[in-house]
Amino acid sequence: MLTRRVIPCLDVKNGRNVRGVRFSADIDAGDPVELAARYDREGADELVFYDITASAEGRNIMVDLVERVASQVFIPLSVGGGVRTIDDMYLMLRSGAEKVSINSAAHRDPDLIRACADRFGSQCVVLSIDALRDPDSDPPRWTIYLNGGRVRTSLDAVEIAQRGQDLGAGEIVLNSIDADGTREGYDVEFLRAVTDVVSIPVVASGGAGSLEHLRDAIALGNAHAVLAASIFHFSVYSVREAKEFMASAGIPMRLDPYD
Amino acid sequence: MIAVVDYGAGNIHSVARALTRVGATFAITDSPSTVATADAVVLPGVGAAADTMKGLRQARVDDPVVAAISRGVPYLGICMGLQVLFDRSEEDDETPCLGVLRGEVVRFPPGLEVPHMGWNQVLQADDSPLFAGVPQNSNFYFVHSYFARPSDDACVSATTDYGLDFTSVVRRDNLYATQFHPEKSGVVGLRIYANFIRLAGQTPRPEFA
Repeated sequence: MLTRRVIPCLDVKNGRNVRGVRFSADIDAGDPVELAARYDREGADELVFYDITASAEGRNIMVDLVERVASQVFIPLSVGGGVRTIDDMYLMLRSGAEKVSINSAAHRDPDLIRACADRFGSQCVVLSIDALRDPDSDPPRWTIYLNGGRVRTSLDAVEIAQRGQDLGAGEIVLNSIDADGTREGYDVEFLRAVTDVVSIPVVASGGAGSLEHLRDAIALGNAHAVLAASIFHFSVYSVREAKEFMASAGIPMRLDPYD
Repeated sequence: MIAVVDYGAGNIHSVARALTRVGATFAITDSPSTVATADAVVLPGVGAAADTMKGLRQARVDDPVVAAISRGVPYLGICMGLQVLFDRSEEDDETPCLGVLRGEVVRFPPGLEVPHMGWNQVLQADDSPLFAGVPQNSNFYFVHSYFARPSDDACVSATTDYGLDFTSVVRRDNLYATQFHPEKSGVVGLRIYANFIRLAGQTPRPEFA
């Protein structure tokens, strides 16, 4: 049986791993290569690296970082942040990434998803969505923000997720800006709104603070995978603890001895 | 020397990194004569059947790969490196393949999400040396939409349950191939590579011995 996945996320700035709260206030959380190796030993099913500087210089640092991690860590790696062109995507795949997520550029130019899926296959193409819940809407509505939460759009996140699937995205990372870094739990309602209308895997992101939050994203939000940063970086819980907890709640997990 | 066949497959560098990690001596090569005379052959692969067959033909390594298998040297196929061993694939309007093994490659039926992507258990059906030290039902990383349906079950070395049981590893004599990606499957995946290089007469690093 296909297992659900636990994915530690490393936000990378200038080659260091940092952690933001609601997309700001950076805290240095260590060397990404060391952290990646630790997560692998603890049983991470996949690792995600986000380049939060998303500049040309940042991209070169990322390529170097992914190459270094890929020579030591033999699980799927995903990369995101500042991917604007097919060439950017190729560079990341070549350096050892298994998947590449596209965010702002895909919302500005949806054909980029199709072009990348045609060239590299849907399984490599992840559509990343950052959204904020509209304060007064009923039924609830989530609006997409670009450039790391700085630019508001008029795009409806649920519609864009559906369109992303139609264009060839193989997976969606759904990040709730409201919940990001708060450790108060994923936006389960947002997850359900999207998982009800797409058939590709949806990865929950933003807000994990407890093992129950991880479980709820999968059991209630129907997410295929949970992505978390703070609770793993600062050793609140190990990846292994998280997986054992979810397995005990009946969620299929990979629990092999990892090292 | 182990020849890792370079015909444009996207995962060749990942495969090379895993081989390096377990201590293999190998060469990435697109030379037909090197492939034909190698002590062992690794055929990586990812993507579509037609692209893979086209890549193999354009590099003129298709016949040398078949010749190496016929000579009985250890062969390891990864993902598309398993699928192209069969007679044909349904993918891309019926793609003729290498025909080393009898059978066809078919798409997962409607109702199952494709690609089958993520970690799934591999149920070993025989005592394959490829699985030495790998616990029964270990998880490996899969990414694929098609799977092999051998005509003869004798080559089925392991199966995996994705709503239906499909062949996830094949074996015949010195030929081994996995539908999953051992180079992305953590420690158990590296062990597969270590076991393979041992079959090729090399000694893995101590931690994989």
